[in-house]
Amino acid sequence: MSARDLFTFSNPHFTRGVGITAAILVVTAIVGFIVLPFAQPWVQFANVWDAICSAAGVPQRAASVAAPAQDKRLSEVVLTSSTLSRPSQEAIGRGATLAQRCAICHGPTGVSRADSPNLAGQYAAVIYKELHDFRSGARTNAVMSPFAVNLTDQEIADLSNYYAYLPRLPAYHPTPQLPKPNIVIFGAPMRGIAPCGSCHGSLDNKTGSPWLEGQSEAYMKAQLQAFASGERRNDISQQMRNIARAMTPQEIEQAAAYYASQPPDVVKAVD
Amino acid sequence: MLVNRKLILAHFWLAFGVFGIALTLGAWQMFIRSPIGTWLSNPELYYRSLTAHGTVMGYVFPTLVAMGFGYAISESALQQRLVGVRWAWAGFWLIVAGSIMAVIPIALGRASVLYTFYPPLIGNVFYYLGVVLVVVGSWIWVALMSINLRVWRKANPGAAVPLAMFANVAGSYLWAWTAVGAALELLLQIIPVAAGLKATIDAGLARVFFSWTLHAIVYFWLMPTYIAYYTIVPRAIGGRVYSDSMARISFILFLVVAMPIGMHHTFADPQVGAGFKFIHSAFTALVALPTLLTVFTICASVEIAARLRGGRGMFGWIKTLPWDNPMMLALAFSFVMLGFGGAGGLINMSYQLDASIHNTQWITGHFHLIFGGAIVIMYFAIAYDLWPHLTGRELIDLRLIRTQLWLWFIGMIVTTFPWHWVGILGMPRRMAYFDFGDPAIAPQALSVTLSAIGGFILLTSGILFLVVLARGMRAPQADAGPYRFAVAVHQPVIVPVALNTHALWVALMIALTLTNYGYPILTLALTEGTSVPAVYVGAQ
Repeated sequence: MSARDLFTFSNPHFTRGVGITAAILVVTAIVGFIVLPFAQPWVQFANVWDAICSAAGVPQRAASVAAPAQDKRLSEVVLTSSTLSRPSQEAIGRGATLAQRCAICHGPTGVSRADSPNLAGQYAAVIYKELHDFRSGARTNAVMSPFAVNLTDQEIADLSNYYAYLPRLPAYHPTPQLPKPNIVIFGAPMRGIAPCGSCHGSLDNKTGSPWLEGQSEAYMKAQLQAFASGERRNDISQQMRNIARAMTPQEIEQAAAYYASQPPDVVKAVD
Repeated sequence: MLVNRKLILAHFWLAFGVFGIALTLGAWQMFIRSPIGTWLSNPELYYRSLTAHGTVMGYVFPTLVAMGFGYAISESALQQRLVGVRWAWAGFWLIVAGSIMAVIPIALGRASVLYTFYPPLIGNVFYYLGVVLVVVGSWIWVALMSINLRVWRKANPGAAVPLAMFANVAGSYLWAWTAVGAALELLLQIIPVAAGLKATIDAGLARVFFSWTLHAIVYFWLMPTYIAYYTIVPRAIGGRVYSDSMARISFILFLVVAMPIGMHHTFADPQVGAGFKFIHSAFTALVALPTLLTVFTICASVEIAARLRGGRGMFGWIKTLPWDNPMMLALAFSFVMLGFGGAGGLINMSYQLDASIHNTQWITGHFHLIFGGAIVIMYFAIAYDLWPHLTGRELIDLRLIRTQLWLWFIGMIVTTFPWHWVGILGMPRRMAYFDFGDPAIAPQALSVTLSAIGGFILLTSGILFLVVLARGMRAPQADAGPYRFAVAVHQPVIVPVALNTHALWVALMIALTLTNYGYPILTLALTEGTSVPAVYVGAQ
């Protein structure tokens, strides 16, 4: 009983075992790589080799078709969950100097009294993306665009790091905390709306989504309306436009009022 | 001859202990997702629990059962003390360490990636390292099974290897090779990203690697069950194995065709060519063959027992079977669940039919019925059968054992049948929350509620199981005699070398893996620009 007796063609178990296995493999390969590809009348193959390559999944270059012309600029920012995750003290210091010019609207401590977003403690990736989009024209605003257009990449990164570094302070207009409305906590599954909280805090945070607690109600409402009308379009793959379009005016008001009423320190609970 | 009883008992107790915890989590998940539970408000908690449930039930529990049972088989079938006891304990402690290392990040919410890993989702590195330790621990068992068989062969040159050990070693080889897929995925792709050495991952390639493991692992889970069908059940009910050769051929077929079929899990994946999907689909159909052979052989073996007890007629013999014997009951339940689960499996492996149920609750229903039902109920039976020999005490409460088995069977049917049904209606799997108040899915509320009730029946049965085992540790002492396996009608005297060794079949298994996986893996690995940024769990 040695390996020599086993792996030899005079051993019927070996011959049959290997033969049957190989036969099944060959038959299934012929069916899978030749018969079935040609059985699809809607696909044209130049020859048998073409069909085999297609069935094997050989990577093929797509035919070079010119991308449809875009009349409006799209966001070109790429974010990962580690974007700007380890800032240096120098970067934060440079950002603090640069931030002097932002203070008139966003407040000297990063908390606004003018219905502009509060930036103190906002995620760095969020500020980074918005500044890039303002600079490239993917997002436009009569006040912000002129500020952003001359910023360098380095300045954008420094500003983002500085604001992310600031402590999250209570908002200027305190209101009683509202209960969580359905749109924030459940979304509207049958209209394809994920809960606001699944990206913007309250449930979970996703890269590139700002936390919203304590932000201005008027600002959030205006942004949702801008997304719904298509006036604002720097959301990648229309994620926010699709949601805002499906929201009712009432849901927009509820979501804005709810987030505005929350103290920003609750953000930490889900970080 | 069971010498290392402590070793085997340690494996079984750890297995059934973690099983109890994971079962509780499972019942809670069924409840919280159903209309009778209140929505959690935090889906992350649900996925945390789901990850723990899957990791324990998929990696830790069945591996420990297979290992403990494997050591028991090695000692009692070969009539030889286990060689390498220290290594066996080392394997056990590696699994303990790995499980603890994996569970901590899960509990902290840092590894809610589910047990199938789902890259580009990336969790804490210690979760993956823990899983690796569990697998390494089980590989020690694989090596020990092979070494023990070799030692026995030297002492008994030319003798027929006892069926239980032949099958046990086949199962261990299957596991050794099937775990390689997930090991490659973890070591080459996921762990470098989780450890921060890389920031992108080729999710398509990772999924192909995982499919290498994901289907054959099911047959590794199945092995103890099939070994019990062939070598415990006929003895326990007073029958004989109808054919020893047929049994060997079944296990050999599992070894050869369980491996090169995993891509039927990736039917909806664009990165795999349709030709390879077809080949995998065709080989999956072949894997029904050993199961059909087994059903035939076991039914014939059971009929022998019935006829020996005076059974007459075409079907009249069924009445004379020892239905109050827990082993008989477990076998019948297992076969019924195997029948329904197998039929569902044939739908999953067909490319066109799969399209209608892919990624729906049907799939979850399917693998709970096959694994949780047909397979695990035989794990219970194995434990009941071995317990008196391991503890030296009698299991007296047969009525409680029968109740436990009935409850498990009923619970599994009540859980999984509605589960399949809502899958056909289109309910997706891996969802933490459903709004049953919405008219579009309101009609599914009843089915989901039934499923959740089934979950609690299963939990009750699981608790009863642990109670029976615990009471068995304190029962009065009784000598159960030597542990024996079933005898065949024609006991093998001389077995052809191909049916007495594994080399040829292991070679075919590896060859088929290369033909069916080689090209897709190579192209995906060599194609540039297929990686995507990792998504870290818990990162902003």
